[in-house]
Amino acid sequence: MSNQDYYVPHGTYWPIIGSIGISTLFVGFANLLHDVSWGGPVMGLGGTIVVFMLFGWLGTVVNESVGGIYNKQVDRSFRWGMSWFIFSEVMFFAAFFGALFYARVLSVPWLGGAGNNLFTPELWEGFKAAWPLVSTPGAIGQNGTEFSVGFELVDAWGLPALNTALLLSSGVTITYAHHALRNGHRNALIAWMVATIALGVLFLGFQITEYGHAYHEGLRLTSGVYGSTFYLLTGFHGFHVTVGAIMLTVILYRIQKGHFSSENHFAFEGVAWYWHFVDVVWLGLFIFVYWL
Amino acid sequence: MNTAAHDDHHGPEKGLLRWIKATNHKDIGTLYLWFAFAMLIVGGALAMGIRAELLHPGLQLMNPHFFNQLTTMHGLIMVFGAIMPAMVGLANWLIPTMVGAPDMALPRLNNWSFWVLPFAALILVSTFFMEGGAPAFGWTFYAPLSTAFAPDSTDFFIFAVHLLGFSSIMGAINIIATVLNMRAPEMRLMDMPLFVWTWLITSFLLIGAMPVLAGVVTMMLTDRNFGTAFFDATGGGDPVMFQHIFWFFGHPEVYIMILPAFGIISHILPTFSRKPLFGYSSMVYATASIAFLSYIVWAHHMYATGMPVAAELYFMYATMLIAVPTGVKVFNWVATMWKGSLTFEAPMLWALSFLFLFTIGGFSGLMLGIAPADIQYHDTYFVVAHFHYVLVTGSLWAIIAATLYWLPKWVGKMYNEKLAKIHFWWAMISVNVLFFPQHFLGLAGMPRRIPDYALQFSDFNWISSIGAFAFGLSFILFAYIVVDCIRNGSPTNSERPWYSAKGLEWTLSSPIPYHSFNTPPSRAQILEESQHS
Repeated sequence: MSNQDYYVPHGTYWPIIGSIGISTLFVGFANLLHDVSWGGPVMGLGGTIVVFMLFGWLGTVVNESVGGIYNKQVDRSFRWGMSWFIFSEVMFFAAFFGALFYARVLSVPWLGGAGNNLFTPELWEGFKAAWPLVSTPGAIGQNGTEFSVGFELVDAWGLPALNTALLLSSGVTITYAHHALRNGHRNALIAWMVATIALGVLFLGFQITEYGHAYHEGLRLTSGVYGSTFYLLTGFHGFHVTVGAIMLTVILYRIQKGHFSSENHFAFEGVAWYWHFVDVVWLGLFIFVYWL
Repeated sequence: MNTAAHDDHHGPEKGLLRWIKATNHKDIGTLYLWFAFAMLIVGGALAMGIRAELLHPGLQLMNPHFFNQLTTMHGLIMVFGAIMPAMVGLANWLIPTMVGAPDMALPRLNNWSFWVLPFAALILVSTFFMEGGAPAFGWTFYAPLSTAFAPDSTDFFIFAVHLLGFSSIMGAINIIATVLNMRAPEMRLMDMPLFVWTWLITSFLLIGAMPVLAGVVTMMLTDRNFGTAFFDATGGGDPVMFQHIFWFFGHPEVYIMILPAFGIISHILPTFSRKPLFGYSSMVYATASIAFLSYIVWAHHMYATGMPVAAELYFMYATMLIAVPTGVKVFNWVATMWKGSLTFEAPMLWALSFLFLFTIGGFSGLMLGIAPADIQYHDTYFVVAHFHYVLVTGSLWAIIAATLYWLPKWVGKMYNEKLAKIHFWWAMISVNVLFFPQHFLGLAGMPRRIPDYALQFSDFNWISSIGAFAFGLSFILFAYIVVDCIRNGSPTNSERPWYSAKGLEWTLSSPIPYHSFNTPPSRAQILEESQHS
């Protein structure tokens, strides 16, 4: 029959379980948004099913991988899959960066009367276009008076700069971990992995602290387009760092279990790629959200 | 390595579990195609409602709000539920067999890409039964209609779009991995059949555009529920920003729906012209150029919205550029037929009709692409006529052509040619009765998305509606032809039901075995079956 080492897996229940989980999560969430009492619990149930699915599905893949079923071709398919998945994530962030650039370069100046827009001064007397947009046109309208939504800006060269250093260092430590893995230095590998995770967690801790500051200084999701872009960009990034840190922890656990060899460790590399992606997105955030 | 043993004892499961647990590319392709057909019927039923209301002037059947729900859901269901899944279904069936692979690269992910869809469709359709009704802001869901003024069901719509986008991204990743990694080792990129090429390029459009759609609906979600101001001018945002982000997704989206159709036509025309495809490599480059251009022309949907003049000019000229590679394609198709020995079996009829009708849609697209002219045409029935000529007589035509062309290979049985010809002429005439008068309505100034109209538009609307009912009915016959072929079709007497057909898929036994290629085809075989002469 077959003289080629193609790998075609058995049928599986995990995708349909995943679909049920993710749909339950979304239906629960949508109901929660409209104050339906069962929305929250149903959302929690959906989330639980998704986590269950992830454990089951990835567990199967791990067992097959450790069992030596996969060949080089499967490994390459995983590599293509992971790289283009990361690219799609980049495009997701691109939508929010696009919104930031559009607001900053076009819509806010236009609101301030740029581009021969004669109507703004009539509609919102006293509105001045500036970035960051500390006072929105709506805030003026609501009070009939001067600016009222003011907030203090986060200083780029405080915590954000420190966080940049932390994430960049974690990119270095995970590369050291990879070298250790390739050279079979197990203890060094574990040490560099622990360092990477610690840097990631530290980053998240500082990010939470900084959110606390920003909130205390009056910056809210509802503070207009600056708050919208600030919180959604940094929030989605923080979420990706959290996911990345969880994946790194799983990889550390698998290292302890002895799942990886110096040649065969795609799961490690895939997570490392993801970690670098999170790193690069942060650089974009640091430059365009905090610094410039 | 235990794959040999693995393959032997591993056939399809029995009953429903075969479909739920499916990891086989053909099983999943079948699921996609039947799902797409079911959605086509649902979306078509909504269209019948729209045309029934528009049969006569005045309001007869429904209130305007429900009419708006029909147009919105018709568009969403046809785009995300019918055309896109049908194209992915064809990709699943065909790509492994065309590149000499046993299956898709990531079979479990393939299952997930499909099984997200029914849930997403359920959530989307369920909005009809919610308080305030289904989304009623048009399939383009412009802010602030979809943010400040939308019904509660909009949040369900948003999550349904997230799921549909997730499905498309996973499907695209799978196709890229299959084409780049599962291709027979002896097959070079420029040996690949055009359906594979067009789908590979489409996949890059999907993974570039769908995440942006996810982003824009996420902004809608937070604008609606968490007080952000992306699309709210009082907060420094801009509803026009919504349109820019939406159409950054939306324009590649239209090529996502048509590029695989180009691939299909590039297979059918050579077979029934008994000549190799004219200009194989220029077809590949033209497809890639169209895909690239599709990312940088999005604002031609927004001439009437308002933009700096320089931007309007840029988007207009960039849009005109698309006519060049598209012209290359149409030229090549015609040149393929030039001096060929043409016969007119049903797939060829559909392909030929695609060529004429899609080109009409392309020309009306050019008219719409000219900024000063578009100010007149914008949001009229001319636009409706234009995109139905490219989507119905373009994408859907290619899907039907592909079904009739490859079904005999898939199931090893021939469809009823006589019925298929009757179906073709029925659909072909009725679709023109349906959509052609809409050009006139649009040029005369009838706006789109309205349940009532001025009296001077009555005659053409009546004609259009009659065409719509006839066209809608034709799909019953189509379903019968397909089911009849699968159940009672006479067995094909050769591995090539179309003896002039080329391509690796025809070298497999009929019906195609459960695992397509266990052994990759040889270089000689690949060259023998390739599309370049």
